Amino acid sequence: MSAVATLPADAAADACRIAPERDWSAYTVAEPDGRRRLELAVENITCAACMGDIERGLRRVDGVGAARVNVASRRVAVVYKPGRIAPDAILDRMAAIGYPAHPFDPAAARGTRSEESKRLLKCLAVAGFGGMNVMLMSVSVWSGNVTDITPETRDFFHWVSALVAIPTVAYAAQPFFRSAIAAVRRRAVNMDVPISIGVTLAMALSLVNTMTHAREAFFDSALMLLFFLLLGRFLDENMRRRTAVEAETLAALRADSAVVMRADGGLIETPVSRIRPGDRVLVRPGERVAVDGVVRDGASEIDASLVTGETTPAAVGRGDTVHAGTLNGFGALVVEVTAVAEGTLIAEIERLIAEAQSMKAGAMRLADRAARTYAPVVHSAAALTFLGWMLVGAHWNEALVIAIAVLIITCPCALALAIPAVQVVAAGRLFRNGILLNAGDAIERLAAADTIVFDKTGTLTEPEPRLLGAADVDPALLARAGRLALGSRHPLARALARAAGAAEPLPGIRERAGEGVAAVVDGIDVRLGALGFCGVEPAAVAAMRAAHPTASLIAYREGRAAPVLFALGQSLKADAVATVARLKREGYRIEILSGDREAAVAEAARALDVADWRAERDPAAKIARLDALKAEGRRVLMVGDGLNDAPSLAAAHVSLSPVTAAHVAQSASDAVFLGDRLAPVAIALDVARAARRLMMENLWIAVVYNAVAVPIAILGYVTPLIAALAMSGSSLIVTVNALRLRRVAPPPTARPASAAIVGETGAVSAPVSA
Amino acid sequence: MNILVYLVPIALSLGLLGLAAFLWSLKTGQFEDLDGAAWRAIQDDDLPGRE
Repeated sequence: MSAVATLPADAAADACRIAPERDWSAYTVAEPDGRRRLELAVENITCAACMGDIERGLRRVDGVGAARVNVASRRVAVVYKPGRIAPDAILDRMAAIGYPAHPFDPAAARGTRSEESKRLLKCLAVAGFGGMNVMLMSVSVWSGNVTDITPETRDFFHWVSALVAIPTVAYAAQPFFRSAIAAVRRRAVNMDVPISIGVTLAMALSLVNTMTHAREAFFDSALMLLFFLLLGRFLDENMRRRTAVEAETLAALRADSAVVMRADGGLIETPVSRIRPGDRVLVRPGERVAVDGVVRDGASEIDASLVTGETTPAAVGRGDTVHAGTLNGFGALVVEVTAVAEGTLIAEIERLIAEAQSMKAGAMRLADRAARTYAPVVHSAAALTFLGWMLVGAHWNEALVIAIAVLIITCPCALALAIPAVQVVAAGRLFRNGILLNAGDAIERLAAADTIVFDKTGTLTEPEPRLLGAADVDPALLARAGRLALGSRHPLARALARAAGAAEPLPGIRERAGEGVAAVVDGIDVRLGALGFCGVEPAAVAAMRAAHPTASLIAYREGRAAPVLFALGQSLKADAVATVARLKREGYRIEILSGDREAAVAEAARALDVADWRAERDPAAKIARLDALKAEGRRVLMVGDGLNDAPSLAAAHVSLSPVTAAHVAQSASDAVFLGDRLAPVAIALDVARAARRLMMENLWIAVVYNAVAVPIAILGYVTPLIAALAMSGSSLIVTVNALRLRRVAPPPTARPASAAIVGETGAVSAPVSA
Repeated sequence: MNILVYLVPIALSLGLLGLAAFLWSLKTGQFEDLDGAAWRAIQDDDLPGRE
C-alpha cells in the first residue's frame, strides 16, 4: 500500500503545503574534479550588463566555482561544489539578482547540431588555409609563365602546392566524399558526386602534370572550389543550429517537470523524461498536468483547451483520466502515471504525426531539386567534352584538362551558395521579428502557401482567459476582488488579478481546496471562487451565461452584499482582426478549424469576418479537412498551438505555432513565433516570399553564369586564372544578391525581449588563415 | 631565387600557426558565444574601484 492511500481524505491538498525538493541528479553533470555542472536557461538576458551582473552575482556565492553566461543562447553554466551549496540556492540567487532561471533537462537536450557545425568549421578553416597558400604559389606561376619564370622554380612551386593541397583535400573534402559515397551506394546521384569527382580528378591530373614538368597545375581551383562549397554548407548548418539551440532554451524555460510523490510521502521535482509509469504525480492548483494518467485522489476542474481546443473546463475526480498539457483548476490532484502505450492520447497523436510526416516525405528542397537536374548535365557535359576533344585528335592529357575545367567551372559554387546565403539572411530577418525556423526548407514552403488554416484556441485567441465585459464592472470593486484573487493560483483568479491590475494581496487569505479563497477585511468576510462557495442565485448565473455564452464564471462576495459574477473567457489576440484582414487583402484564403464548441468558434469567426469555419473537429477530422484542401490543389499553411493540432501541423504543407503552444505541437511545426501577437504570421509570409524570389534569382544567376562559362570551357579557353575569377565572381554576386533581403520586413521597434538579443545571423565571419 | 627555399617554408609555417591557433580556439569553445565575447571586451569590471 502506498503512503498516499494512508493519508487523510484531502491528502493531495495537504501535500501541496510541503515545498517539493528537486531531483538535482537528473539536472546536473559531474565534472572530473568531483564538482557538478549545472546548465540554466535564463530569462531577461538582453545585453552585456546582464552578463556581468549574473557572473559577478554568482561568483560571490560561496561554493560556486565558475559561472559563465552565453549571451547568444541565453544560458549560464554554473560549476559548484555539491557539499558547499545546494543548487536550489543558486536558483534563489539568480531570482534575487533579477534573472529567474530554469535548469535544463539533459535527457531532452540535443547537442549534435553543434558538433556538425564545428566539424564543418574545421574543414572550412583547413580549406581556407590551403586555398590561400596554394593561390599565392599559383599567382606567382601564372605571372611567371608570361614573363621569366624558370622551369625549376615553377616545378618547385608546383611541388609545394601539391604538398599543401593533398593533405588539405584529404581532410577538408571529407564531408563531400562521405556523402557522395553514401549516395553512390544507394545508387543515387546528388550534388556531392560531381564535386568529389571534379576535385579528385583535378588533384590527380595536377599531380601528373607536376611530375611531368607541365606548365599548369590546378591545385588552386580544387581548393577554392572546396572552400566556397564548405562556406555554403556551413552557413546552411549554422542557421539550423541556431534555431535548435533557441528551441532548447525555450523548452527549458517552459520547464517540463512534475512533482513526484515518493513512497515515503516526500515530494520531489523531476524532469518529465525521468518519470516512469506507475509513479504518482502531484498536480497543484493552477499547474499544468505534465503526464497522462488517472486521478487517484483529489477533485478539481481541468481546462483542456491546449489539448482539445475545448474551452469549457470539465470537472474531474477519482478515477478520471487526465492528459498532459491540460491546466488544473482550484483543487490539488494526485495522478498515477499510466503506462505509455497504445490508447493514451499522446500515443494516438504521435501515430497521427508519424503518418502525416510519412505522407509528406515526397516533398523535396529547392536545392536538392536543382542538384538532381543539374548533376547529370554536368557529368555528361564533361564526358562529352573529353570525348569530343579526343575525336578531334587532341592528346588525352589536353582533353582531360579541358574536361576537368568544364567540371569545375560548371560546378556548383554559385549553386551551393545561392540557397544557403538567402536562407541565412532570411532566418536572421525572421529571428529579429521573433520567428524561429524549425526546418531548413520552411522558407520555400511558406512562400508557396495560398491558404491559411487557423486553429482558434490559443492561436487566434489569447492562451489565457481574459475578463469579458470589463467596462460594466465597478472599478473599485474589481480592484478589491483583484487583491483577493492574488492569493490563488487558479487560472481564472490570476486572470482576474491581471485584469484588476492588482499588485498587493490582501492579508490573511485562506485557500479552500476546490472552492476558492477567502479573507476577513475590517470584520467583513470576503470570498472569491466557485459559484456555490459565494452563494450565487441561479437566476444571476443564467443572465450572465446568456450575455457570455462561452465564458467561465467566477463569483466574488463582500459580507452579506449580493455576490458579483465575473465572466472570464477567451478574447482575440490584440492584432488578430488586423492581421487576418491584411492576409485576406493579400489574397490568402482563410479558414478556422477548431476543436472548440460551435458557439465559441462562430463568435470568433464573426469577429474576424471569416466565412469558412469548422468547429468540434478532433485531430483526425482536422487532417481530413487538410487532405480535402490538398485535393483541391491548395497549399495550406496551418497555424495552431494545441496538442490536438500537432498532427495537422505535421500534415499541412507548412505550419507555424506560437511559443505558448504544447511541446508536441512546436516540434511538429516548421516554425515557432514568439510574443502574443499574430502579426508574425504575416511577416513570415512576406519574408518567405521575398526569400523565395531571391533564391530563384540566384539560381538563374548560376544558370546564366554557366551558359556563358561552359561554352568557353568546352572550347578549351579556360585558364586556371579565369576559372578562379569566374568562380569567385559568381559566388560573390549570389551572396550580394541575398543581402537585398534586408530591405524586407524591418524588425518591430518594440522587439519581443527574447528576440532582441538573437543578433545578426547574416554576419558569419569566415575563418581564413594564410 | 634561392631565398625562396627559406621564404616559402616560413610563409607556410606562419599560415600553419594561424590555422593551429584557430583550431585551438575552436576546440576551447571560444566561438560558442560570439555576441557575449564582443561585449566582454568592453567590460570594465576589472578596473580598481568597481564592484
